Formats: sequence, C-alpha cells, structure tokens
Amino acid sequence: MDNLLKIKNGAVVDRNAIPNVSNSVFFSSLAEFVKNDGYIVQFFGYIENGINRLIAVVRNRDLYVIETEVGSSFQSLTGSTSEKFHLFEREIAEQFGIIPEGHPWLKMVRYHKNYTGAPDAFGNDYAKEHIPGNYHYFQVEGESIHEVGVGPVHAGIIEPGHFRFQCAGEEVLHLEIQLGYQHRGIEKMMPSVPQKRWPIICESIAGDTSVGHNLCFSQAVEALASLKVDDKSSIVRSIALELERIANHIGDLGALSGDVAFNPPAAYFGRIRGEFLNLLQVLGGNRFGKGLVRPGGVTHVMEEEQIKIVRAKLHELIPEIEHVCDLLFSATTVLARFENTGIVAHEMAKDLGLVGYAGRACGISYDARVAFPTEYYAHLPANENNTTDGDVNSRASVRREEIMHSMQIILQLLEMYEQIGATTGAVFMKEHSLKANSFVVTINEGWRGELSHCVLTDNNGKVQRYKIKDPSFHNWTGLAMSLRNQGISDFPLCNKSYNLSYCGFDL
Amino acid sequence: MLKVIKNRMEQGCKTSKYPKEPIQLYKRFRGMPRINASCSQSVIQQCADICPQDCIDTKNKTIDLGRCTFCGQCEVQSKGEFVLFSENFELGAASREHLITGGSLPALAEHSKQHFKKLFGRSLQLRQVSAAGCNSCEADTNVLNTPFFDLSRFGIDFVASPRHADGIHVTGPISRNMTQALLDTYEAVPSPKVVIASGCCSISGGPFYGSDEVVGDLNKLIPVDLYIPGCPPHPLTTLHALLQFFK
Repeated sequence: MDNLLKIKNGAVVDRNAIPNVSNSVFFSSLAEFVKNDGYIVQFFGYIENGINRLIAVVRNRDLYVIETEVGSSFQSLTGSTSEKFHLFEREIAEQFGIIPEGHPWLKMVRYHKNYTGAPDAFGNDYAKEHIPGNYHYFQVEGESIHEVGVGPVHAGIIEPGHFRFQCAGEEVLHLEIQLGYQHRGIEKMMPSVPQKRWPIICESIAGDTSVGHNLCFSQAVEALASLKVDDKSSIVRSIALELERIANHIGDLGALSGDVAFNPPAAYFGRIRGEFLNLLQVLGGNRFGKGLVRPGGVTHVMEEEQIKIVRAKLHELIPEIEHVCDLLFSATTVLARFENTGIVAHEMAKDLGLVGYAGRACGISYDARVAFPTEYYAHLPANENNTTDGDVNSRASVRREEIMHSMQIILQLLEMYEQIGATTGAVFMKEHSLKANSFVVTINEGWRGELSHCVLTDNNGKVQRYKIKDPSFHNWTGLAMSLRNQGISDFPLCNKSYNLSYCGFDL
Repeated sequence: MLKVIKNRMEQGCKTSKYPKEPIQLYKRFRGMPRINASCSQSVIQQCADICPQDCIDTKNKTIDLGRCTFCGQCEVQSKGEFVLFSENFELGAASREHLITGGSLPALAEHSKQHFKKLFGRSLQLRQVSAAGCNSCEADTNVLNTPFFDLSRFGIDFVASPRHADGIHVTGPISRNMTQALLDTYEAVPSPKVVIASGCCSISGGPFYGSDEVVGDLNKLIPVDLYIPGCPPHPLTTLHALLQFFK
C-alpha cells in the first residue's frame, strides 16, 4: 500500500506525483492490494516517448494509483493472483501488443489492430480478416456433448455479440462470450478529434447510459479545466442519472416478465419505462438525456414547470409501479423461474469483481454513489438490498429496490432544488484549455454499476490517452458463470437479469 | 388472478390514437429545424464552427439531418436567429439529398416507391440489424412494440429471422466487425426487399464519422430506400416514416 498514491474521485493529479515504480514493485503491490479485498477500477497501457507504460487505479475504501514502464511483455497476474485482471490484461495486449506472460487464456477482446503498429498479440492480420470470431473456442469433448452458437445477429432488437455454449443435453457446461462486433474505435478517436465532438461521442459510448458516461466525461474536463458546477446543475445531473437508472431497471423487469411468459407486467412496464424516458425529454429534449450534461453544468435549467411535471408524474407512477411489482414478484410461476436460476456465489462474485446490481445481488454492497459520491449524492440516503442470493430473483429484486429508492431520492432532490438559491444558468460545449501533464479519474454509479473515465494530458495540455470503462467490462464474465450447469433455456432469463452493454464493452 | 384484473383496471387502455389524432411533444423536444435564411452570414458561420457534426452548409444555409444529432448547440449559439428546433417529429425521407434541408422536407408519402406500398402496405415484416448501434436507436425502435405505440396494429412487425422478413432496419455506424454479418443478413432476405437506415449513425456515421473502425454510411454497402434521422429517432419519427412510406 505504501507504494500507491491515494487520490480522489474527479480530482486532478500531477503526473509527476504518480509513483513510477519498478515492474516487480508494481505487480507485487497490485497483487497484495487485490488479494486484500481490493478491486481494479482501471488498468491500461499508454505510450510515452516510445516507451510502453502501464497505469492502474485500484480501490478499497479509497482510490489509489500507481504506474510502471514495461517492455514488450509483463508478468500476468490473472492466474497467480485474481481473475479480476484477466480482461484488463487482454485489453492491454490487444491495444498495444504488450504480452501478459502466463495469462491462462489470452485471447482477443474486440478484434482490432493495435494502436502502435507492434506485431499483433494474437497473430491476426486485420487488413485481411474483418470477421471477429476467427478463434478456437474453448471446447468440451465427449460423446453426448454438443455445441450451440448464437449470434452475432440475435432474434430481437438488440446489439450483436456471439455466445458459444458447450452443452450436455439441456445442461450448459460452459458458456464463452465473444464480443467486439460493436467496436467503433472510441478511445483512439478521442485524442484526435476536436473538443466539440467529445460530448457527442461520449453520449453514444452506450446509448442507454448516455447520462452516466457523459457525467464521467464532463467531470473529467471540469477537473482539468477547473470548472465549477453550481448546486442546481448538480441536482439536475443527479436527477437525470436516476431517471436513466429507473427507466432501464423498469424496462428490464418488464423484459424478465416477458421471458417467463407472464405478459401483463411486461406490457405495463414496457409502457411505464417510456414515461421515464419522456421525463428525461422534459428535462433536456432527448429521451436518453443526450445533449443535457456538458462540462460546467447542464444545457437546460430546470424551471418550475419542469419540476411540476416530474413531481406529478412520479406521484402518479409510484403506486402503479408498486402494484405491478407486487403482481410480478408474488406470482408463483414467476418465482419458480426466478429463484435459484443463474446463481453466482458471493465468493465467486468477489473473485470476478462484479459491480453494480450484479455485485449487490451477490452481497457485494459497493455503490459508487456511496463510496465515491459525485454531484449531489453526498446529501442523499443510501439504498439497502435485502435479497442477495446471487440468482435471477436477487438481481430482479435489487433492481426493484433501486427503482423505489431512486424515485424517492428524485423527490428529495426536487425539494432541495427549490430550497437553494439561483443557478448560474445553462452551459454549452466550449473549447477548454486543459491542465498540462495531468491525470484524472472519474467514477459514477451508472445504472449498471461503476462507470469510469480516465484522462492523461501531455505537456501541452493535449489529451494523450482517454480511457473508458463501462461496468459491463467487469460483469460479462458474471453472466458466463451464471450459466454453469443451467438449462440452456434459462439463458434469455439470465442474460436479461444482467442486461449488459455490448457497445459499452466494445467501445 | 385478482391482482391481474386489478392491475388491468388501473392501467386502462394506453394506446395512442396517433396517427388519427395528432400528438404534441413537450416543447423542449428537438425535431425539424426551422431555418431563418435571412440570418446574417456571420451568425451562420458561428453555428457552423461550433457544430460538432459539421452539418451546417453556410453557403446554402442548410442543415444535413443525416449528420445532425439534434444536440441543439446551433440554436443556442444563434439564440434562435438561424435555427430553431420545432416539436415536429416527422423527419423521414426517401432520398439522402432530401435530408440536406433548408427547413422543410418533401412529403414522404409522395416520394415512396409505389410498388412497396402495393407489396408491403398491408403487411410489413422487418429484421432489425444493429451494426454498432449504441442501443438508443435499438431501444427506441423496440418501444414501438409496447402498448402505447402498438406497432402490430398497423400490420408491421419485427421478426426473428431474415428469411421471414421483407426488409432490414439498420442502426449503428456499421463497424468493420459487423459488416459481414450485416451483408449476410441482407442476402438472406428474399427479394424484393426494403432497406431502412435508422439514426444518423447508419446514414453518415453519426458521432463516429471519421473513425477507421466504421463504414459510416449504409449506402456504401447496400442501396437504402428509407432514411429516418435522429440520435436516436423518436419512436414517433420511426412510426410516421413507416406509415407514410408503406401505407
């Protein structure tokens, strides 16, 4: 721990202050930290003066940062220390061609050529080959074993990804998830495009988390440009983030209900979800909150009329949602499908480092709104979860509890908003000069869990590296583990209970 | 059972009367831009400079709705002098050129292909392909199946297989990694078939234009019949476009 520098969420750090340690100190410090209930927030590579460098941001109750220089390879910690490292190490290999030696299953993350022109870590030639999936999937062998491949194009209106099941009859022995179909090259784009394009891109990292990702982005720019956000704008941002959370949770509860063929809640929740999207539109003119959050504040001030609309709608919907939830969670046919399906045990969830409701449903209480509060969250009560068995029922129940909690805190936020003084007004995207040679990490609790953006600036205040992490990056492995020894017919149900982001992962 | 009935009573019928009765969206919604052609050149230039999507043509005083994300920055910059976004959500177009607009769009129904109306007017089955869509286009297409919009009452459905489909509805800037799967899906749809580009991503690359990981324009791969702009298109924009184009 002594080698790590303690930092704050959303506060600028001088890059010279980040401990630059030797390889052995770097990896032993990380290993020790993660073994003692530590989690990885960011772990990524970048290049400076032709030298490969790795930087890690980790958390327990606090946030820490550390960095090191590496050559063309480094010692993998996935097998020796924790599974939490596995995707981060694969990502470093794919983006920079730096090989994590001893990684137990080193394979592509998103199928793209690396940033540096170094030899591809997996021997792929992307000039010739466009199709992800040119890879030998893990296979189970045996007389009655069969394999099921699903995707990239799925039956519904959803994003693409590939799922490969190894089954014995109906039972899934192993599920391997291969993504990358959605890769748009966002991290590579960010340093090279004009600033005016940044918020537009960040809002579309994952369109269902537009507010969350744009908050991370805006807070990073605010830190680097020393911008102050007034309380009223902060409240509007918090309300928008909660509306996003409610809309997605409600939609998923409806979809879960549809997946077990119980249609009334599916229909009602499908419609009610739209009511919350419409509230986002009332605040900022877009159903997904696009165009609302910008560095320095929000583009639309909430006035009496909007407060009235949001409050009246919540009072109308709270009893309706309570009733439909009761209908869903008291139906024995529903519970028979929800309970004991897709279990991830607490220990497993900790090993994988699950975040958000996927983690909380397994008894990992971490909520970034409580641990590293931004915006107005320090003034608000935390949520508590009562059903934490790690199954579909727990994930659904946690979401139900979060919906109720979020609606209450929006009502509280509206009251606080009315009580505090004037706002400095609306803001818009402008060119900002960013502090040179600086580092900042921002964390917010998006509806799926911990979102984090990380920015490094060079000596001229230009963005040298922009790193994005969606909670799905942690949680896809959780879905794969949920399917172990489950009936393959339970896949849609398990999948929907997580509802992870393909594009948030693929970037 | 009693709970089902009780909830049914509480929920009532929520299906919209649109298109028989018009719908008014909340005033902050950013739909069809109204453009003031007599605005001073310097203001237009300022708008063009701050436009993150570079979709303003200062000479012809037009906005390219195929690139625009409706972020509203130009409206603020010009204090409404050059652009005002109206609540009009009817934005569908039959040709790419129509989307480069001075403030109005040609009537979609009159530019639709007449044989499509004959073929698909009573029943239209679509296969949705997300090709690197960020999930807002997908989500706001999916809501057409909720009771408020109830798309199937118009004989329009999204189906699970391209073999069952009359056409494809494409979202996203078409990543390199989805190009082959998209083309395969298109091939699998029996002819005659319709191609719909939904959202600014599939029309121009949207926020991701210029990235070497995306194709950015569906027209480069397959011929597009119907364009639905927006980021994402409002569900009513999609509904209006489908009804005008096929009915």
